[in-house]
Amino acid sequence: MENEAGALSRVAGLFSARGYNIESLSVAPTEDPTLSRMTLVTVGSDEVVEQVTKQLNKLIEVVKIIDLSDGNHIERELMLVKVRAVGAEREEIKRLAEIFRGSIIDVTDKSYTIELTGTSEKLDAFLEATESNAVLETVRTGASGIGRGEWILKV
Amino acid sequence: MSAELTGAEITIRCLQEEGVNCIFGYPGGAVLFIYDELFKQDKVRHILVRHEQAAVHAADGYARSSNKVGVALVTSGPGVTNAVTGIATAYMDSIPMVVISGQVPTNAIGLDAFQEVDTVGITRPCVKHNFLVKDITELAHTIKKAFYIASTGRPGPVLVDIPKDVSQQKTKFVYPDKVTMRSYNPVTKGHAKQIKKALELILSAKRPVVYAGGGVILSDAAPQLTELVQTLNFPCTNTLMGLGGYPATDKQSLGMLGMHGTYEANMAMQYCDVLIAVGARFDDRVIGNPKHFSNENRKIIHIDIDPSSISKRVRVDIPIVGDVLEVLKELIKLLKTEKDKPDHVVLKEWWKQIDLWRERDCLKFDRKSKIIKPQMVIEKLFEITKGDAFITSDVGQHQMWAAQFYKFDKPRRWINSGGLGTMGFGMPAAMGVQLANPNGKVACVTGEASIQMCIQELSTCKQYKLPLKIINLNNRYMGMVRQWQEFFHGNRYAESYMNALPDFVKLAESYGHIGIKIEKPEDVGDALKEAFKLKDQLVFMDFITDQSENVFPMVPGGKGLSEMILV
Repeated sequence: MENEAGALSRVAGLFSARGYNIESLSVAPTEDPTLSRMTLVTVGSDEVVEQVTKQLNKLIEVVKIIDLSDGNHIERELMLVKVRAVGAEREEIKRLAEIFRGSIIDVTDKSYTIELTGTSEKLDAFLEATESNAVLETVRTGASGIGRGEWILKV
Repeated sequence: MSAELTGAEITIRCLQEEGVNCIFGYPGGAVLFIYDELFKQDKVRHILVRHEQAAVHAADGYARSSNKVGVALVTSGPGVTNAVTGIATAYMDSIPMVVISGQVPTNAIGLDAFQEVDTVGITRPCVKHNFLVKDITELAHTIKKAFYIASTGRPGPVLVDIPKDVSQQKTKFVYPDKVTMRSYNPVTKGHAKQIKKALELILSAKRPVVYAGGGVILSDAAPQLTELVQTLNFPCTNTLMGLGGYPATDKQSLGMLGMHGTYEANMAMQYCDVLIAVGARFDDRVIGNPKHFSNENRKIIHIDIDPSSISKRVRVDIPIVGDVLEVLKELIKLLKTEKDKPDHVVLKEWWKQIDLWRERDCLKFDRKSKIIKPQMVIEKLFEITKGDAFITSDVGQHQMWAAQFYKFDKPRRWINSGGLGTMGFGMPAAMGVQLANPNGKVACVTGEASIQMCIQELSTCKQYKLPLKIINLNNRYMGMVRQWQEFFHGNRYAESYMNALPDFVKLAESYGHIGIKIEKPEDVGDALKEAFKLKDQLVFMDFITDQSENVFPMVPGGKGLSEMILV
């Protein structure tokens, strides 16, 4: 979509006005600074998704839409998670982070902050594997998606 | 080198470049520079209304009756919030319109300044698009875009919010000849293959119906629709927004369909085998319960410029996205070269069935009544104006009677708020219609509840000598509310009775107009005749009508089209 003030509000407003769900939404300018790319995750029947697509297309600032779930695609989400890390926990959490291919990016004597990338399911799995009262804080970006191989969304 | 102009001058110059010769508005702090420039020129005429809602309705009526972009000018804050009802009305009915609003200076935005509201935020869900112009060098280009977006594709209102300091700054004025936008390229031509498929289905139909909506009016395709329907000898029904798209007095017309549509139109819709939807959107007031509608086995062709209208409420078999006018032209061209013709014998059977439904005489009413029947007033209005008037309406029973009993043969003659259902629309819209058609006969069919929602505009009508004919069907009730309460709420008329009504004759007179009160059926015709003879005067006709009259047929909410309550 056009990288213009208010474009994001139009998308968000459309979803609330028409009663569609937004599971997650991530957006940032692209290599062409006049354009932003947004990955929006929603759930609905085929009819609803068709309507969502058509309605989004009607927004003047939306340049192009693809439904990534129509084909092979890759999805990644970034999570920063701060966990309590005291005594024996420190080693255990380090191991767990390694298993999930995360990296510890901030350390104090009581906590680790781990950076983790993957599908939303993988991030959920990490949280499940961590003792729930050890999780002090999480922040997630929402999914970003891209088509595989030759499947390219470009204006 | 050309001289630099202020933002205010640029705004007015843009309107002149767009060929706008009449705008509707109300001044205020944030638009004073723009008003100052208006004052200094005479190409763009400004009509001063008495409330911003009326400015937008008037611009709307102007647009609907002329197919030009309507323009309204309002100030920031309350100017804008008052305009919102009008903007939403235009949005729901896809009316091309540009609203220019003043905004507090850019350095005050966000600081809760006097008369500040987030105009772009407030209007976002009810405009086709909107802009806040923070940079004077973008102003002309933005206004060009606004007119382009408003009038192309599925039309709609576009708002341009101009902060006061921007209207004061200076820059070189260059008005672009055209704009292109990579993110906005509305389709016009229909897909050739789809049109071919549609024609095949049309020619194989045994029980066809053409269902034509507001899209036919908006794209000026009434002649093409008429040609197609008559070439095929198919029945045609029009939506509330589509009245006049096919001549109502023609024998192939089934009249209006939907919640208060005719028996024959609704039955034909429900039991046809091929439905050709043209610029219509299967909304809740048209097909009733979509499940009940979809229970019947029929094939649907849907022509519409807006892809999101297709398969929104009802699955269609052959969608054609494109401008109704372009698609109909293609369809007619193809039909002329086609060897196959519709099967006349089979069609004759279908017409026989339709004639049986027609015999139900669903619009009958007591013609011998000693009290004025509202339907009779509309029939007389039709007779006396020879079907040639512009009729605006407010919202309620009177609106439905006007739609049922005034036979519109031409497009852009029936001006009403179909989508949003805005009471208070009728009189201001009629002002716009009269200004767009200075020699036209313009009548506003209203009721004593609706008319009071914008009654202040009687003053505007006086100032600009707008000779409207106000047909007030006064039943001392919010009639449609009362009707629903009678049918669905055990006759408990909660707050639908209008106590303490004004004396409308005196009221009209106090604004400098002529008021007449009509209480007997035998006086209706003469009153209307007299009123239309007074070519330079607004005449307010207060018809005291039957309080208990209801609009029939009626498809109750949630019911199927064939489940009508009849007289």
